[in-house]
Amino acid sequence: MDVRAQVTTVFHLDKCIGCHTCSIACKNIWTDREGTEYMWWNNVETKPGTGYPTKWEDQSKYNGGWERTKNGKLRLKSTSKKSIPFNIFHNPNLPTLDDYYEPWTYKYEDLFNAPEQSSQVTAMPKSLITGEIIEHIKSGPNWDDDLSGSPIYAENDPNLSAVSDDIRKQMFAVERLAFFYFPRICNHCLNPACVASCPSGALYKRGEDGIVLLNQERCRAWRSCISACPYKKTYYNWSTGKSEKCILCFPRIESGQAPACMHSCVGRIRYIGMTLYDADRIVEVANLDDNQLAEGMRSLILDPRDPEVIEAAQRNGVHDSVIEAAQNSPSYKFIKTWKLALPPHPEFRTLPMLWYVPPLSPVLASLDTGKVSNSTDELFESVEKFRMPISYLANLLSGGNEGLIRYSLKKMLAVRMLQRHKTVGDIERGTVDKMLKEADTTEREATEIYRLTSLATFDERFSIPPAHREEAIESVGVVQEHKASAGFGFKFAPRRGL
Amino acid sequence: MLDTMMKLFFAVLPYVALMTFFLGTIYRYRARTFSYSSLSSQFLENRQQFWGSVPFHYGILFVLAGHIVGFLVPRSILWWNSVPLRLYILETSAFIGGLCALTGIIILMYRRLTNSKVAKVTSPMDWIVLAMLAAQIGTGLYTAIFHNWGSSWYSASLVPYLWSIATFSPDTAAVMVMPWAVKFHIWGAFALIALFPFTRLVHILVIPNPYLWRKPQVVIWNWDRHTIRQRDY
Repeated sequence: MDVRAQVTTVFHLDKCIGCHTCSIACKNIWTDREGTEYMWWNNVETKPGTGYPTKWEDQSKYNGGWERTKNGKLRLKSTSKKSIPFNIFHNPNLPTLDDYYEPWTYKYEDLFNAPEQSSQVTAMPKSLITGEIIEHIKSGPNWDDDLSGSPIYAENDPNLSAVSDDIRKQMFAVERLAFFYFPRICNHCLNPACVASCPSGALYKRGEDGIVLLNQERCRAWRSCISACPYKKTYYNWSTGKSEKCILCFPRIESGQAPACMHSCVGRIRYIGMTLYDADRIVEVANLDDNQLAEGMRSLILDPRDPEVIEAAQRNGVHDSVIEAAQNSPSYKFIKTWKLALPPHPEFRTLPMLWYVPPLSPVLASLDTGKVSNSTDELFESVEKFRMPISYLANLLSGGNEGLIRYSLKKMLAVRMLQRHKTVGDIERGTVDKMLKEADTTEREATEIYRLTSLATFDERFSIPPAHREEAIESVGVVQEHKASAGFGFKFAPRRGL
Repeated sequence: MLDTMMKLFFAVLPYVALMTFFLGTIYRYRARTFSYSSLSSQFLENRQQFWGSVPFHYGILFVLAGHIVGFLVPRSILWWNSVPLRLYILETSAFIGGLCALTGIIILMYRRLTNSKVAKVTSPMDWIVLAMLAAQIGTGLYTAIFHNWGSSWYSASLVPYLWSIATFSPDTAAVMVMPWAVKFHIWGAFALIALFPFTRLVHILVIPNPYLWRKPQVVIWNWDRHTIRQRDY
């Protein structure tokens, strides 16, 4: 057992209101430089929809992620040690700017400087790359925001492949459309394809907390990570000639603060906590069948209160405060204890460590009637008839395993009914008990779920241990050595010149 | 006068070039590691990049490898060329390599001229490099056409000159009688070597060889995880 710690995030899709505050917080801090304008380390997509970059989930187009070979080994779809010498001059799987969008701003100064004229002055859009006027903007960030039902966007969502034509028609019927928001950041995977693909070895996973980082000094712009990441969460900075990615705001994490996207989240949908996992089993789990992957990933995460796990973690150099944070981790509850959260596209086999609680909304509105049904006679029948079909969610969040989606939705519905019984009182106690039982939960657990979902405070949502930089330094060198040697802003000691 | 100048060029310029090359690349790698990048612009333009970059790189690498092999084992080249058919094969393939490089660099130059996005990431130094490379390929192809069987006479008379440079006893007799195209080719080569550390050409030095033998996943620990707990604070 090789126990390591991993910062694990849970996004509660039932709570996301699609306000994009997270995206803006991230952009303002990290990606408002030249070359990064088009990057959204955090973006929010409308589902069903084609996303950003367009159709990123379609690996027949992008060849991202891992695949199993016939002899039971994993290999990257986009690159290999054998093919890299042939693909280094031209990467056949590289998405180009057109797959994202050409970033632009407006010629605001025209609004002030234009001479008097008979027509209204406009601020024309101009490219942030070339500076040229863009006559016709073809795409942009969140281009298909809220555009469910659109034949250009929503209907091309790759996750719809498992949904039958009948249901699909109903999903997209006018005035009965349904959609939900899908916020995405780097998943800081346990089996990251970007790291494995980097010819320069610039990408690495931090041992202490599992954050996947890209060493800008070592990146040589071979662009392999961009095609290898199936989530398209590494980006190419066209200006500096280096790739960049979400760093999970590690300077904030190291000082015990939540990443900017999570801190600013208006819907409070984001939870972050440490989890302990068994690194020895990564290969075994990444090799499971598609619909077994989500469960397999759950089994990788270990019980942080199990004395054996604690002992193994300590032996492996996991700090006590990290173990403590893992014990208080909200992520652990959502993923392991309650089994509500699921990994996005586990079939890409990178073992993403950003999990999603599937959306229950639109509330009880079923396919048949289009009306909001309050009836609980049918108990969980409504789960089957959700406007967001289970087969669709299964394609997105469980590698096609519908059972896991059903389990999660039922439990959330039971929690909702229990609260309705308590606050509105129009549901019989007996019905609630029956539902709780059928959803494999208890009143106590359901109340806990309700609390962490709806009432959780800042500290309950974010369980982040300090980074122990001081000990990191002490364990590899003598601290006194650096005392009185370097001033502010110096990488090397400010020595007197010759 | 001209002779003395030329002699100086062939005997001194190489050392200036090599000196700048070594000092420049090492200093740049140490002080400005960040600037070591292939600076790919494929992200901005994909199609012409394929038709330009691929033939150019394969062509130039093949021809360059030929020059280096000739430099290292000139006798083997001469032995190989002792049978006419083998000589033709070598010369033809080298010529095709040169043509590939020429086609590629013309497409790449056209691309940098016409695509406004790519033009945005093109520096004046990029143009100098492109022009010099094009000139090198041009004089090389010219030599191949008008001064036949270069692989043989290169191995026989130019390689000794190069070795004389490498062993710090420059002997310029052989190059002095070379045709002008060849002279320019040699100067161009040393000029490229001299300019090397100031251009994007440094990406040649950071080709990803460690990838071929490293493990797929890379994990870096900030703290020494095995001693951190044993320390007595």
